[in-house]
Amino acid sequence: MRFVFKTRYEQDLRLWRHKGDLIGYGIFLAALLALPMFAGVYYVGEANLWLIYSIAAMGLMIAVGFTGMASLGHSAFLGIGAYTHAYLLQNGVPFVFSLPLGGLLAGAIGVAVGFPTLRMHGIYLAIATLAVALITQEIMSKWSSVTGGFDGLPVAAPDFLSIQSEAMYQGEWFSVGGLHVGWTELWSPVSLYYICIVVLVLAALIARNLLRSPTGRAFVAIRDSEISAQSMGIHLAYYKTTAFGISAFVTGLAGGLFAHQISHLAPDAFNIFISIELLLICVVGGIGTIQGAVLGAAFLIMLRSFIPIMRDEVTAGAGGVEMLGGLVRFVNSPGLEAAIFGALLVVFIIFEPMGLYGRWLKVKTYFDLFPLYKKSTFARQKSYVKTERLR
Amino acid sequence: MTFFKADKLAIHFGGVKAVDGVDFEIAEGEIFTIIGPNGAGKTTIFNLISRIYEPTEGQLIFNDEDITNTAPHLIAGRGIARTFQNIELFEQATVLQNLLIGRHAHRSGNLLANIFFLPSTRRAELAHREEVEKVIEFLDLARYRDQRIANLPYGVRKVVELGRALCTEPKLLLLDEPSSGLNVEETSDMAFWIKDIRDLLGITVLMVEHDMSLVNRVSDRVLALNYGRVLTLGSPSEVQSNEEVIRAYLGG
Amino acid sequence: MDSVQIYISLFINGLALGCIYGLIALGFVLIYKATEMVNFAQGDLMMVGAFIAFGLIAGFGLNFWLGFLLTVVFMIIFGFLLDVVVIRRLIGQPQFSIVMATIGIGYVLRFVMPYAFNVEQIAFLTPFTGKAVQVAAMTLDAGKLAAVVGTLVLCAGLYMFFQRTRIGVAMQAASQNQLAAYYMGIPVALIFSLIWGISAGVAAITGVMMMPIANVMDPSIGFIAIKAFAGAVVGGFGSIPGALVGGIIIGLVEQFSDYLLAPGYKDIMVFSVLLAVMVVRPEGIFSQMGRKKV
Repeated sequence: MRFVFKTRYEQDLRLWRHKGDLIGYGIFLAALLALPMFAGVYYVGEANLWLIYSIAAMGLMIAVGFTGMASLGHSAFLGIGAYTHAYLLQNGVPFVFSLPLGGLLAGAIGVAVGFPTLRMHGIYLAIATLAVALITQEIMSKWSSVTGGFDGLPVAAPDFLSIQSEAMYQGEWFSVGGLHVGWTELWSPVSLYYICIVVLVLAALIARNLLRSPTGRAFVAIRDSEISAQSMGIHLAYYKTTAFGISAFVTGLAGGLFAHQISHLAPDAFNIFISIELLLICVVGGIGTIQGAVLGAAFLIMLRSFIPIMRDEVTAGAGGVEMLGGLVRFVNSPGLEAAIFGALLVVFIIFEPMGLYGRWLKVKTYFDLFPLYKKSTFARQKSYVKTERLR
Repeated sequence: MTFFKADKLAIHFGGVKAVDGVDFEIAEGEIFTIIGPNGAGKTTIFNLISRIYEPTEGQLIFNDEDITNTAPHLIAGRGIARTFQNIELFEQATVLQNLLIGRHAHRSGNLLANIFFLPSTRRAELAHREEVEKVIEFLDLARYRDQRIANLPYGVRKVVELGRALCTEPKLLLLDEPSSGLNVEETSDMAFWIKDIRDLLGITVLMVEHDMSLVNRVSDRVLALNYGRVLTLGSPSEVQSNEEVIRAYLGG
Repeated sequence: MDSVQIYISLFINGLALGCIYGLIALGFVLIYKATEMVNFAQGDLMMVGAFIAFGLIAGFGLNFWLGFLLTVVFMIIFGFLLDVVVIRRLIGQPQFSIVMATIGIGYVLRFVMPYAFNVEQIAFLTPFTGKAVQVAAMTLDAGKLAAVVGTLVLCAGLYMFFQRTRIGVAMQAASQNQLAAYYMGIPVALIFSLIWGISAGVAAITGVMMMPIANVMDPSIGFIAIKAFAGAVVGGFGSIPGALVGGIIIGLVEQFSDYLLAPGYKDIMVFSVLLAVMVVRPEGIFSQMGRKKV
């Protein structure tokens, strides 16, 4: 076990716990920045999706993980962010303004939703947000003058930054590691990739800063005990609304990036399943941790690209064999992906409620303490059914 | 000047008169104890003072101000802090974080300053930390500082909860059965702390307690309740020898 | 048809649909009251019931009533086992985790059922399919009437079960205070499994009653549980009569707004009513929520 020797209070306010942490995050960020220089466009596209889901899940984590407000409605905030950004972009608003504006609108609607649902908790909030998600999706398909209805809304490519592997004839500023950076009409996944990294770092900073300041502590207090939070002077309504608003804002930002990723918006892209996927990321990654959102998203994206590969392999390998017909039908049945996600949710909640990040901490502790690690270090006190009927 | 006064305080749940016209006054610097059999309305009075319940009738005066209609989250800022009978700590947070939440009423700065963690927020955080460290030292919690509540034994949690209440820098401290669930040694520590809180920190204490030895050791005055009504008020020995009180406890 | 007849038939349609919602809501309110778990897979349990009934009635060609009965028995066993194998392990986790887990179970069921039966859609004949009943000048759909009558009979049966049988009373005790019930010698874990069984049985009955109304069902029929949730909330989560009343309100709102508003607005209307109730009276019509004691 590493004991951090603290001599000043400021050490507890740092973004990292000790030097090892700082080096770790530094290497991670450097690897992220260097990735497009080595990986092909396909992988950059997948990485974009990973980063976008990480940001969206980080937003959701603020509501679910920090404040304990279950939301099934974050697909709506992702959608509001995406549509607003695309609409503003189409109407000539520059990218650097329209992206945060999309986030702000999502945040404002989050506040508007959060405010009346404040008196609710747990299951009520989940159902209310579910209703909001369904209504939002209906509005997206009905309000065709803005959203394009079922035909959808094309997302204009922004023209302020171009990063790509081919040399540019005009507008090139500099090139580094085989990437050409400049200004042209050309927009590529690599440009989006770097923007995603910037937003991800910002979102992580927001989440981390919240956690080390009074506001974030108030969120955690509300999560663990509303009644004593109140008696410590925490205004429940204000902090719950704030948490929900910030959460929706961050997810809305992710929505704007997501618009570029899918390049054509349609109401179907923002169905309830997206909310479930985001929650899956939070649960699998490790509820209540910032790192969990990134880990969980990586897990989800890898799984999602793995399933079609497995499907093709199985179909090709066992296609001709009579006996394996059931297997082929199994992998080709609709809903397989959702069922695998569902099963994983159950497995994680039962066997690893702390998620992947919790598992990582356990592994790290195991090596730190070797050979003295004991299982009970992370054992949780099991209780009988926790009552949430009374608050 | 009135430090604290409950005037004809009453709350009815349907037909049940949980607290039924209770009057009492606490002087600054006192250790005031409420005793009574189970269901006498002791904790209900605490919940009325911390504004979790709406009184049906009556008035609460604190520092010459009427706090009967103050919002519950503003009570801590007025200088009233409390602990809970069954410990209501923030389980998944560390002791340090719990105590820092106790500083919430004294926070300054807005949301944006928090989000960007501006230098002003950093300075305020360091100042809060200083205050919290004083409480940690006072209650001897240093070795638990970075532990999660969920991993702590019951006795320590009880002390942490007391510490969290002290971090709000209260003028009046409400302790709901401070000794329940503690062993003899821990109870005697608690008695010393309660006395020190009054003597060293100058905080007035209002407590609900069942352990008569603790009551006798620390209380200046004792109020006996039964069925939401005052039986008697006086020094610990007077109250204990009061016939009505004995009858209430023994039945009959 | 004159407008009065239209409204009456809208009312009957809404009532029938509302009964279906009410029964789904009833299923998870039963579980919620007893175990404080919110079962987001209740709609999918109904779907499983419908698929099993399809297998027995259309597949094996059993008599409708026999197939119906067997379906309910199978589903009671299924619900019981679901609790023993999966749900019981979730006890002690925060409520949110349990919600997520049941959503996960729902997705698995939605995949497994069509795979197991190798069909995308199911339909089977019931004694009510396509029949009509003449009441005064009105021609009413027999399937819808059957749903209403079936709901009444089922509710009366459940009421008798909880009030008059030893095991029913034990269930009530366990739902009020688990620890106290446990000390009194009630096998709480077994009771919970039984409640899951009963709830799945109610889901099976709902699934079969849905058949003549829906005509064709596919695995995503379980999504109507979202509206049943709305009903449960409107009625007051945790209240059994509330679940039925709330479900019926939602059914009526849906039918009338479908007729009175432009097409495609009924879902918006249903969820707006839900949000409105949550804002104005968050505890629902029959309040069951209390405050935590400190």
